[in-house]
Formats: sequence, structure tokens, C-alpha cells
Amino acid sequence: MSEPVRPEMLGSCPVPLAHPEQIVLGHGSGGKLTADLIHRFILPAFSNPYLDRLDDQAVVEISGARLAFTTDSFVITPIFFPGGDIGELAINGTVNDLAMSGARPLYLAAALILEEGLAIQDLQRVLDSMRKAAQRANVLLVTGDTKVVNRGKGDQIFITTTGIGVIEHAWNLSADRARAGDKVLLSGSIGDHGMAIMSQREGLEFEGTIESDTAALHGLVAAILAAAGDGVHVLRDPTRGGIGTTLNEIAARSQVGMAIEESTILVRHTVQGACEILGLDPLYVANEGKLLAIVSSEAADAAVEAMHQHELGREARIIGEVVAEHPRMVLMKTGIGGTRIVDTLYGEQLPRIC
Amino acid sequence: MKYLDEYRDSRLARSILKEIRRVQTRPWVIMEVCGGQTHSIVKHGIDHLLPEGVELVHGPGCPVCVTSLELIDKAHAIARQSETILCSFGDMLRVPGSECDLFALKSRGADVRVVYSPLDCLKIAREHPDKKVVFFAVGFETTAPANAMAAWHAKQQGIQNFSLLVSHVLVPPAVATILGSPHNRVQGFLGPGHVCVIMGSQEYEELVARFRVPIVITGFEPLDILEGVLMVVRQLEAGRAEMENQYARTVQREGNRAAQQIVATVFEVCDRKWRGVGPIPQSGYRLRSEFRAFDAEEIFHVGEIVTHESPVCISGQILQGIKKPHDCPVFGTACTPQAPLGATMVSAEGSCAAYYAYGRHLNRTQSAAPSDRSTRR
Amino acid sequence: MCLAIPGKLLDSFVVKGLRMGRVQFGGIVRETCLQYVPDAQVGDYVVVHVGFAISRIDEEEAQRTYRLLEEMDQLGELDIEASGGGRLQ
Repeated sequence: MSEPVRPEMLGSCPVPLAHPEQIVLGHGSGGKLTADLIHRFILPAFSNPYLDRLDDQAVVEISGARLAFTTDSFVITPIFFPGGDIGELAINGTVNDLAMSGARPLYLAAALILEEGLAIQDLQRVLDSMRKAAQRANVLLVTGDTKVVNRGKGDQIFITTTGIGVIEHAWNLSADRARAGDKVLLSGSIGDHGMAIMSQREGLEFEGTIESDTAALHGLVAAILAAAGDGVHVLRDPTRGGIGTTLNEIAARSQVGMAIEESTILVRHTVQGACEILGLDPLYVANEGKLLAIVSSEAADAAVEAMHQHELGREARIIGEVVAEHPRMVLMKTGIGGTRIVDTLYGEQLPRIC
Repeated sequence: MKYLDEYRDSRLARSILKEIRRVQTRPWVIMEVCGGQTHSIVKHGIDHLLPEGVELVHGPGCPVCVTSLELIDKAHAIARQSETILCSFGDMLRVPGSECDLFALKSRGADVRVVYSPLDCLKIAREHPDKKVVFFAVGFETTAPANAMAAWHAKQQGIQNFSLLVSHVLVPPAVATILGSPHNRVQGFLGPGHVCVIMGSQEYEELVARFRVPIVITGFEPLDILEGVLMVVRQLEAGRAEMENQYARTVQREGNRAAQQIVATVFEVCDRKWRGVGPIPQSGYRLRSEFRAFDAEEIFHVGEIVTHESPVCISGQILQGIKKPHDCPVFGTACTPQAPLGATMVSAEGSCAAYYAYGRHLNRTQSAAPSDRSTRR
Repeated sequence: MCLAIPGKLLDSFVVKGLRMGRVQFGGIVRETCLQYVPDAQVGDYVVVHVGFAISRIDEEEAQRTYRLLEEMDQLGELDIEASGGGRLQ
């Protein structure tokens, strides 16, 4: 080795990575890569006032009735996990997207893509979960479709659910309505769903009682709206990408800053342990039964109180507030009193050794 | 969690900070060696809490960042081969080689798997006797015992379809290189806590004697880092240069003998090329000849690797403490985790990536953002 | 680098000639290789990196050094009171 040593370059590794020419897994993670895909390709193809809002649902008006309309795909692996399965997720996920506009979920459609070789028994189990979840959420599955793909092309089962709900209030809940002075409310602990899934992943298995928090949130939403009315500005369920990503989305859409406090954010002991050993940040771990509410300061306490009365909101807390400073940026006061910026995740969060 | 939560106590953090402010009279430049320490500092906002006179610069503790481009390209070439499973720690998946990264290769059909422990690879090897399982063994001395055990155990068990692509690097030669550089600004070190769990603290005593700088072996939680800083500042203020052990609940002077023994059985010290820097003598590990059968470089003939390094990146100077990530004109703009130009941005615990992840790049573009201390220098 | 987390050793056993154990981290449990901590006993706290225990935590040392931190905190309080200043943030 006769190359000269350049101590001043210690640690440098200069290699540019061009924009990916193919879809990578990170495009589905809900973070920046996903946003990139949406903004560069999807929005330009279809842009219209409804789509451009990029809410989790579209609110349309038909013959005087305000309807919420949404769709979501569920491709999770494994399909059975502690606390639930893909079927339950598929129903609750779409019910929740409708609920975040304050709509009463009414009807769902479900499209199933089954992989050749899927055990009928497993299919039955998933259908049963869907049935029970729909019953609990008081929605009717009114139409659907079933396709089968060759072995190797489908990861056992993919489910797409589309939902319609009716909006019976006059308020406008949208990600661009957060205002300085509003409070940020979180309905419960974070990271449960994502870590429940992680616990089943090959090579990362661990024993523990982490269960997915999958739940239909429309009842909780109704309680919040009844108590706080038009004081409720934004409702979002922080699924993939976690509350870190969702808070950033709201901050960006509303052009406001956010100041949250780490000590107020609830992370279960078991979830903390799992995140610590894998080096994952719970702020970015998916949730399936939690919501973030941005509520005016006058109505915030009433909203929290109403959440406490509901079984899905017993651990609800105010975790911070919306501020005029540092627009589009989410700042967090850390447990030791320092300040940390909570940026949007780039791609998938990966376990790390360092 | 015991031995974790109590080291995040805010009241004690404040009192250590107060004590640092009380004893510090002159400006000091302190380097924390480990990427994990960098992560912790940025995650908890520690550098913003320190008094202005104490500047933390981030060291070369990023084994992922410094893995040579040739080795990364070799890993990619191996991953591309059929009937081959490439196993890796999560950190490595987004590191770009000359052409793309492991994530991209995975999307093109390569069998690339994330593992938590090197022993998981042996399980995969047993489950897939018809495939060649290769483990991308990166890390500093902390990870060497685990990686060594995978090789050692594979040999014991007669596992034939398993090999390692080794990219181990050693900390002391890097620290010596920094201290030996004419541009060096670093006056004291927070030594790498978990590296010293394995290796002990003797090597750092030698560095102290040779370069006359204080080195305090430090842990990773906020109270550890703050206490480590306090101990370094006290030494600097008193004109002392000694090795001290802040992480005494975990680090012993002689290190972990059992681990050192297996490491010495499986690996031997060699020269290693550090990406962007060049070769540093005696700064890495390679498999001993008795373990040649497990050496992926021997098994896979991946041909001449032609690598392409970009001339733009200046991240090496970041390591020296000469510059901070946001001193780089392209930090957060042309250089981001999506399109990294340098090692320190590529890997999640590289300084630039850590700064980016915790949002420092936004300081530039946000007018009302909290200002970063170092930009006031 | 070197993400290593403290956990409590619950039990130990031998698998294919390697000493392994179950370590508990805040409520979840993971199988961990104990080859590098031959002295670790059930109930001890060990520090785990990539599925390997690399050290035992010396409880006495931990308590001793933590007490020093707490004393520093108390002395700091006394200083304020002595100098007549108000409570610091």
C-alpha cells in the first residue's frame, strides 16, 4: 500500500447515490421517500383540489350530503401478529381514515389478493377477524373482489379496503388547520403496533407482551367532537412513520411549528425495551389505534377529559403545542432539558448496531 | 429500565452542567470518539446545553462510514450472485457503493437479510444448506467478539456454507492519526465506552502518554456523557493529561479477557483502508489463516473492483474537528441521507447523518430556529 | 457506535455448545449469548451488544458513582442557598 494517508479525510466516504430508478422498500415507509414519490409522480398525474389536500380521506359533497371517502391497502407481514391480524387492520385502518374527518363510517368494500398456496384455514381466520372488526365498528362490508396470484407473487394475502362515511357536523377537520396556540393531544402510548410486528420479524424475534394496538377510533373521535366541537382543528392517526412523521406533516401543511415534550409521551416499558435493543426511535414506530388531535387551547382540556372517559383514550395527554416560531419544524424538549428537532423519517427505520 | 433511565435524570443532568460551567474558564475542544455517543448527544440535545466554551466535535466512531468502498462493492457483488444470501446489520443497508446500495439490490431480487446478531446467520446457513450465506462483518472492537464467535462456532459445528466479509476497524490508530495531524484542534477525548469494555483501557493510557491529552472512557447515556465532559474539562483546566474511567460500572482496565481471546483466535491485526482517508497501518482485523475457509474474499472471486469516489465531500475534516457538518456547504442540500456524498452522511451514526436525523440542517433554512453554538465561533 | 443495552439475566442454558441465556430489557426478553460473561449469574445485569453479553454491570461501582452524582447535586443546592440565590431552573 503506497497510497498517501490523508488524515484530514478521516471518516469521509464520498459516493453519490443517484435518485433511485426503481421502487425500493423505503418508498412505502411513509417518510420522505414516500412523500417524494407522491409529489414527483402521483400528484402531477392526478392533481385536483381534493387530492392536493393530501388528507387521509377526501371529503366530497354529493347532493347536499358531505361524505368522506378513503382507501387503504394492507400488505403486512406476518399476517398474524400479537394483538391482531391483517384482517382486523384492514377494517380498522379504513374506519380510522374516515373517522379522522369526523365522519361516521358506514360502508366498506374489500378487495382481496390471495397468493396461490395460502391455507384456506388462514383465509378463514382473516375473514373472521374482518367480520368481528366490522361488527365492532358498526360498518357493513357491502361489496368486494377476490383475485388469486401465482405463488411467490403475493406474500400470502393483500387486502385493500375502501370506505364511505357521512359527515354530520359542520366543521372542517384538515391537516392545514393547525394554528399557533393550539394544543397537541395524543390518545395513548406509542410504538405498540410497530414493535409487535417487529417482534415477529426473522432474526429480530423477542419474547414479550407487546401487542398491536389496532382499534377503530370513530367512537373516540365522536366523543372528542362532542366535547370540543369546532375547537378541534386536526385529527390524524399516526400509522406508518409514527407520530414523528405525522406531526411533521401537519406542521408542513399548516405552516406552523410545533413544540412537544418528551416527558409527556407515553411509551410502554416493553416497547421501550424493544426499541432500545434494536436502536429504534419510538417516535417513528407505527401505531394503529392512536390519534393525534390539534385542538384550540380553550377546548383542549375538555377534549382530554372526554378522551379519558372513553376506553381508547384513558391515557390521553397533552404532549405539546403549536407555535408560530420555526414554521414547519417540530422541536422536542428532551427528558434532560435539551432540545431536539424531530425531522421526518427518510425511509424505513432500520435496527442499528451503533 | 434499570441502568438506563436513571442515567437520563434531568435533575442530575442540570447539576453536572452547572458544575461544568463552574469549573470551565477557558474554551476547550473535546471529541467524542463513538458514533453512538454522537447519536446520544444530538438526540438528547446535550451540545446545546453545554456552556459556549465547551465545543464537542464528533469523532471517527462510525465503522460503517469508514468501510472501504472496495469492500462495499465486494459485498454488493456477492449479494448479486445467485444462490447466495447476504446478511448484514441494518446500518449497512443504505451505504452506497460505486453504483447503488443493498436496499436497491434487494429490490432487484438479491437475497439480502438484516440480522440483529451474527449468530442469526448461522441459523440461516443451517436452514439453507444449498445456499452460500455471507455475513458482512463490520464494526469496531466492540463487535469483533460477536463476529469472531460466528466464525469460531461455525468452524466448531462444521458449517460449510457460511463465510464472513470482514471490515473491522480499530479505534486507537484512528485517534492517533487525528492527534498526529498538524490540523488537529482536539484537546481532550471522551473515549469509546463499549470498545473499552472489550479491549480495556490500556491502549488509551498509551495514547495519553504519547500525545499528552486527557482521555476519559465514557458511557452513552446523557449523565455519562455529561460526567465524561466534566472530567475532561477538570483535567484540561488543571493542565493534567490522564486516562480516567467514567464508565467504571461496565469497563475494567483489562477489558473482557474471554472476548479478547476469541478475537485473537479468529482475527489478526492488519493494515486497513479507511474510506476517503487511505490506508492506516495496523488499523483493522482480518481472518487468520486457520479461518481462511470462512473468508468470503477468498471464496468469492468478485474480480477487479473499480471504485468511484466523489471529489466533493469534505467529511474527513469533520472528523478532525476542523469542520462541523453544517460548515459543509452542501450539508442538507446536495448532501442528504437520500443522496449522501460522504461516509458521515451515509451511515445512520455518522456525524452528518446524526445531525441530519435530529434536524440540524433545518437550522440553515429556518430563520427562527434555535441557533447552533458552533456557528457562533 | 456500539449500541449496547443493560438487561437482567433470567436464566442460562447451553445450545450447541454455546452458553446462552434469556435477558430481560424493560419487559421484553431476548436470547443472548453468554460466552463472554462466564461469571454472570442469574439476577445479574449484563450489557448486551448484537445479541452478546459483553460485560456484567458492577452494581456496587454503579451505586458508588451514582451517589457521587447525587452528592454533587446536593452540594450544588447548598451553594445556592448559602449564596442566598433562588432556585435554579
